Amino acid sequence: MSAMLKIEGLEASVEGKAVLKGIDLAVPAGEVHAIMGPNGSGKSTLGYVLAGREGYEVTGGSVTFRGEDLLAMEPEDRAAAGLFLAFQYPVELPGVGNANFLRQALNALRRKRGEPELDAMQFLKLVRGKMKALGMTEEMLKRFVNVGFSGGEKKRNEILQMAVLEPAFCILDETDSGLDIDALKIVADGVNALRAPERGMLVITHYQRLLTYIVPDRVHVLLGGRIVRSGGPELALELEEKGYGELQQAA
Amino acid sequence: MASSSRQPDVASSVGGASAAPAPLLHPAVAAYLARHDGLADRLPGHRHDWVGALRRRAAEAFARQGFPTRRVEAWHYTDLRPLIELRFDEPLTAIDRPVILPDGIADAGAPRLVFLDGRFRPDLSDLDTLPDGVRVESLSALLEAGEDRLRARLGALAAAEASAFVALNAMLAEDGAVITVTSPPEAAARLHIVSAGTASADRPIAFHPRHLIRLDEGAALTLFESAVGEGATPYLNNTVTEVSLAAGSRMTHVRLQAEALGAFYVSTVFAEVGSGGEYDSFALVTGARLARNEVYATLAGPKAAAHLNGAQLGDGARHVDTTTVITHAAPDCASRQTFKSVLAGRSRAVFQGKIHVHKAAQKTDGYQMNQALLLSPEAEIDAKPQLEIYADDVKCSHGATVGELDADQLFYLRSRGLPPAEARAVLIEAFLADALEAVRDEALRAALSQATATWWARARAEAGA
Repeated sequence: MSAMLKIEGLEASVEGKAVLKGIDLAVPAGEVHAIMGPNGSGKSTLGYVLAGREGYEVTGGSVTFRGEDLLAMEPEDRAAAGLFLAFQYPVELPGVGNANFLRQALNALRRKRGEPELDAMQFLKLVRGKMKALGMTEEMLKRFVNVGFSGGEKKRNEILQMAVLEPAFCILDETDSGLDIDALKIVADGVNALRAPERGMLVITHYQRLLTYIVPDRVHVLLGGRIVRSGGPELALELEEKGYGELQQAA
Repeated sequence: MASSSRQPDVASSVGGASAAPAPLLHPAVAAYLARHDGLADRLPGHRHDWVGALRRRAAEAFARQGFPTRRVEAWHYTDLRPLIELRFDEPLTAIDRPVILPDGIADAGAPRLVFLDGRFRPDLSDLDTLPDGVRVESLSALLEAGEDRLRARLGALAAAEASAFVALNAMLAEDGAVITVTSPPEAAARLHIVSAGTASADRPIAFHPRHLIRLDEGAALTLFESAVGEGATPYLNNTVTEVSLAAGSRMTHVRLQAEALGAFYVSTVFAEVGSGGEYDSFALVTGARLARNEVYATLAGPKAAAHLNGAQLGDGARHVDTTTVITHAAPDCASRQTFKSVLAGRSRAVFQGKIHVHKAAQKTDGYQMNQALLLSPEAEIDAKPQLEIYADDVKCSHGATVGELDADQLFYLRSRGLPPAEARAVLIEAFLADALEAVRDEALRAALSQATATWWARARAEAGA
């Protein structure tokens, strides 16, 4: 089975400093892969490079997404192709209403795909159901994007965007950070609800905790910009027990 | 006034009773004075002594001042040479022609007065649904009639000494709207004044509308003014507006300046607010190659309030200037100002805001915020806040920020599928939001949003993005 997302020998640097030093990773449709690693191992850089953020310079390797050269695409084209990054630190947009933002994003994607745009009423109907499942109040639609949101609300808002935009591939960057256990369960339920045979996911996390709720098919350990070990879900438990120390020494 | 020291452009023979051009006058000033001399016997109301005398005094004031140069403090950031170097004729009698109103303006849903090249056009206006308690007259007609009640109002707030443009207006004004309102807030009186520059001639023309607005005690009015234009021939719209608000009256004044891109636009508003009254203004600027918006608001009675808000949007090589002077002359008054500039291309903006607190104006609450968003490395803003406070128990604050679009915000929007131009538009709209929110009338706010979108489409096209 050919991989939905295929990363080969990916190298990237930030401000002239090499952060990713040759990553090989293949995520087939229908699978959830976890990337674990200590701070500074390059986890978030990987997420940003895949989403196309400026300032992250790819110095080697390739990324193929659904058969296309992902690295050649602009960020909005990656989104249109079905890639979604749930940010570790969702950006606040003062003055931009959450509902309008979400509808504009959805319609931009629908336009690119040649689908008809949704009007305000159709959109509201769609979003209401999704919000309920995430334990979000409609009041959060009226607020400015992420402004004044608690850490948990911001993460839920990311998952809401994911649920509405229905991307083919989701990258979750430290979605568990800053969440208490209840919020974590809600977010995990939201993610699990999106698991589907045609959808791939890459869950980036520091801790095993999230993986109790979102059980991955594969776990990869990122250390010093390279994947040093891969395994099944049991690898996450092992890391939880032993920490990254042993692997760090080996690396 | 914004500046205490104004000097003529070129040393002139000061103080002569005659307004005839003296040899040392700047040629542009001399040309305007000659125009006054030539028109003196033709301008509306010339048969009435007081009208002629008013114009002569204005001509003298204009001759004394000349056009300000950049050495004059209040004009330091705005170079008037492109305007001074052009010769503007008076408009030809307007011919019947359709007036192009910008989208979203025509249906602002209010009785409408249309001025074509500065002249009132009853045939294009719609005053059938004028509510009780609102009287609308043409300045030209009142001048011709030599109405005494006009004499008390014309120039009562706008002294010809205030600026060269006010003097020029007083000297050459032919027409304008004279509005008197007695209807209370429940009547929700609304009016729309449209000024259209047609550039129908192939030579530059100038017009100098003078609007007089008076609200009696407890009256209320929402006035929407839009200034539009067409064609490539430059024209000068030099409007002066005098707003007199009696105790407890309340006026919402929303203005859209979307003049033709070759036009020159100078607007000077004088508003005097009586005790407990409120002047609430918003000005959106999207047009004209050179625009100067001057507002003088005087809080003359206790507990009066003035809200001056606005946004100036620059693109190409346009120059936009907002200059405000708020005078707190009575105690317990409040003034609020939020002005935003968004500048693309090589455009340039000026914001000068002065809050002047008299000794008697204790418990003054003054606030001024000026924010600029620069969309291009070649765009520029000069900002000059000024506080002049003579009372000792006041709360006055001002702030200014200049920034670019936030890269993280842009990336966030793009990562959700928005193309760069759309993402920028979202952030520009968001930047303007807290100023625009001050416009409570939804229809007017929608019209302003549309004008903003039109400007952005143009700015994008110019940038080739």
